[in-house]
Amino acid sequence: MGIIIEKGRVIDPANQLDETTNLFIDKGKIVAIGRKPKGFDTKKTINAKGMLVIPGVVDMCARTREPGFEYKATMDSELAAAARGGVTTLCSPPDSEPVVDTPAVVKLIQQRASEVNKATVHVLGAMTKGLQGEQLAEMQSLKDAGCIAVSNALLSIRNSEVMLRAFQYAHSCNMTVFIQPNDLDLQNNGVANEGAVSTRLGLPPIPETAETVAVSRALLLIEQTGVTAHFCRLSTARSVDMIQQAQKQGLSVTADVDISHLHLTDMDIADYNVDCHLQPPLRNAYDKDALIMGLKSGVITAICSDHQPHDQDAKAGPFSMTEPGASTIEVLLPLVMHLVERKQLSLTKAIAALTSQPAEILGIEAGTFSVGADADICIIDADASWEVDRNDLSSMGKNTPFNGWSLSAKIVHTLFKGKTSYQAK
Amino acid sequence: MTGKTLQTDSEGRLKHFLTTEGLSQSLLNSILDHAENFAGVADRPVKKVPLLRGKTVVNLFFEASTRTRTTFELAAKRLSADVLNLNIAHSATSKGETLSDTLRTLEAMHCDMFIVRHANSGAAHYITTQVAPHISVINAGDGRHAHPTQAMLDMFTIRKYKGDFTPLRVAIVGDILHSRVARSEIHALNTLGVSEVRVVGPDTLIPKDVESLGVHVYNDMTEGLTDVDVVMMLRLQRERMTGALLPSAHEFFNRYGLTAKRLAAAKKDAIVMHPGPINRGVEIESSIADSKRSVILQQVSHGIAVRMAVMAMTMQRFNDEGDS
Amino acid sequence: MTNSKLDFGAILKQMATELTERIADYEADEILMIGIRTGGLWVASKLHKLMKLDSPLGELNISFYRDDFSTLGLHPEVQPSQLPVDITDKHILLVDDVLYTGRTIRAAMNEIFDYGRPASVSLAVLIDRNERELPISADVIGKSITLKPGEHAKLSGPEPLALDITKTG
Repeated sequence: MGIIIEKGRVIDPANQLDETTNLFIDKGKIVAIGRKPKGFDTKKTINAKGMLVIPGVVDMCARTREPGFEYKATMDSELAAAARGGVTTLCSPPDSEPVVDTPAVVKLIQQRASEVNKATVHVLGAMTKGLQGEQLAEMQSLKDAGCIAVSNALLSIRNSEVMLRAFQYAHSCNMTVFIQPNDLDLQNNGVANEGAVSTRLGLPPIPETAETVAVSRALLLIEQTGVTAHFCRLSTARSVDMIQQAQKQGLSVTADVDISHLHLTDMDIADYNVDCHLQPPLRNAYDKDALIMGLKSGVITAICSDHQPHDQDAKAGPFSMTEPGASTIEVLLPLVMHLVERKQLSLTKAIAALTSQPAEILGIEAGTFSVGADADICIIDADASWEVDRNDLSSMGKNTPFNGWSLSAKIVHTLFKGKTSYQAK
Repeated sequence: MTGKTLQTDSEGRLKHFLTTEGLSQSLLNSILDHAENFAGVADRPVKKVPLLRGKTVVNLFFEASTRTRTTFELAAKRLSADVLNLNIAHSATSKGETLSDTLRTLEAMHCDMFIVRHANSGAAHYITTQVAPHISVINAGDGRHAHPTQAMLDMFTIRKYKGDFTPLRVAIVGDILHSRVARSEIHALNTLGVSEVRVVGPDTLIPKDVESLGVHVYNDMTEGLTDVDVVMMLRLQRERMTGALLPSAHEFFNRYGLTAKRLAAAKKDAIVMHPGPINRGVEIESSIADSKRSVILQQVSHGIAVRMAVMAMTMQRFNDEGDS
Repeated sequence: MTNSKLDFGAILKQMATELTERIADYEADEILMIGIRTGGLWVASKLHKLMKLDSPLGELNISFYRDDFSTLGLHPEVQPSQLPVDITDKHILLVDDVLYTGRTIRAAMNEIFDYGRPASVSLAVLIDRNERELPISADVIGKSITLKPGEHAKLSGPEPLALDITKTG
């Protein structure tokens, strides 16, 4: 059952590959690049002439809303959306209902994902029970059940001692901690970046220090405990500086950024655009540029969707009363390609930040075309020219801030373990 | 859609009144001119004109406020509209869906205008995007964002006492951070072309980058009041006096209370304004509040005329010509 | 196109004479002349002068009372109503420029009754177009005209008064 992907421009940053060649797939694995292996039985040929062929996207953070929030989205709808966005691996944060603080929930998510079978879903375990920030979660049991790291998701741990113990314990379990830095007291009831926009609109502000104080506290505790840490969704220039310093110092820290923060600023809130209500909040143009610089310089090594599909009611109401988050998994890759078109990022760096580098942070085998790897493949028409239409999204969440955007890159074919999980009509 | 285009029609006429920001000087002036005409209605034997006869105005208050609701109610009744008062308790469970449902229900009752007060910034904008096209929305205060009719009655009062706006220096004193009145006043004053707007208060009560709204910031009260023509005191909410924003009401009065001594720094004919209700001895000394320079009570009576003007203006429907 | 054939000086004199006859039985302080802004007020101020009335002239702005408010809107440039004295038990001489549908007069009477209860109201108009839509007729008419379909009449003034007849459509 061999598949050839013919004459595409194959890009595999992990193997420094960028050439027009053929890709050979058998039994769901990559078996060769370039020359047809001996005895290869060609069952299907996919013509990729003029297309980009890249490893399937590894999304560091996407919520399927299962279990608990099936009225927002389901595993079926969101993995279909993932496939359409060229995503073949995604990482699901622990803030489902129930919270991922027991092996049973991990098993449930894994089982649902394998039923749908359109992408690999990795699960992040809770760092504290119920994400309450008080008692440590059973990290070793979670790891044994398949969790690849622990995180307290959007609910920061308020108590510094609890955070210290969580880091120490995770270190002893040899688990990476994922931190979304946010000082809850400094955030207060804030919903928008502190600055001219929040002042004009009268939106309760979130100061930059809500993030940077949390980064700084976490870095000191990482230094003390020696735990391997990953910072999620950086939003400020100062955070990038601090992570860079820590990396120079030799701390084992990595960082990602979500796609919305690379394209939008608080100015896009304009007059209370609830689709731009995000957590962390959209910052200013200076911060946005610093995040792109952080990717260029290698301080930030992954770009994720931070996909958060919402039901209509969650986004209906005055800005402060709406739930933060955007539905972005389908536009992640086209929007990263948009940065490449505007020469803000090189093609290789862009693809790496979506594939091999997030896989490396997650410690998983994915995001490359190494022989023997799963045949997770995304074929892109880089010059398609199309318009984002929220009503046309496969995701149940129509809450995209990118509605109406004109983009070039379009995913035409996604293969998950050698099987077509999405094909453009 | 921006607030600008949301509240005016294609010809630039007022359809909703959500914020003073982005409206033209001529539109703000025409609100004041209309208010001047409506002011006379209160002096008549029958304090009522039939302009909005048969229209239904709903006071949709998600945040309790007897004073504001009463002036809107009176204004609507003087225009002969029928008034429905809805005080919707603002509980943690009242979410977006409840709001949408409430709007649908009211629309089914054939209401023509919503006067909206809500604790969240942008609530009036949101409601405006949700209602049927024939309904006008007037913002009676949304979170920290805007309270445009209060600002316009203050402009009306200033014009009454000072005439021309252009040479004026205006100081707004107190809790700028949480004040929707201050934001609406700043936009209105700058559009009407005053020479300077100052905000006076401690850093804890001044929002970041407030200079971008076109004001100068003063921490010192006497410096801030020096040579001003108008002193606009803001109300300090009780809950701000505890917690981390201020040490105490006492300390606030010591630094920012309006006393005769401090007022001496202002121009001799400077007027003193306050949106009410006053916390005597917290924001303002009683002798000043009751003095000739205080125009606080005049503000209240101007409020009705300004609200009549705005209601009448937003309810105008320009289809075709009528006849004489 | 201006209809310049009308001698408004003579017409106004004739109207003043007729009005003076109507009020011959009333005391001077029982009489109040009210002009409807804007054209009616021009006519009224001329009549007021010709009749040498002692009581001040009242001004009525009926824009708050119009039945076509919802389509025509407010006129900010028009000054508010000013009735100088209590109108209760007064004999009112209401003056307008052109009597057309009668709706303006209806609005004016509604407004007058919000100010008090007059003893009587007489209506004087400079031009009567004879196209009433309401059962309202003038007591004193300066000139009666009939327009062709599509023609509109508008008084311009105050100096000199002139009747502009324009054709539309």
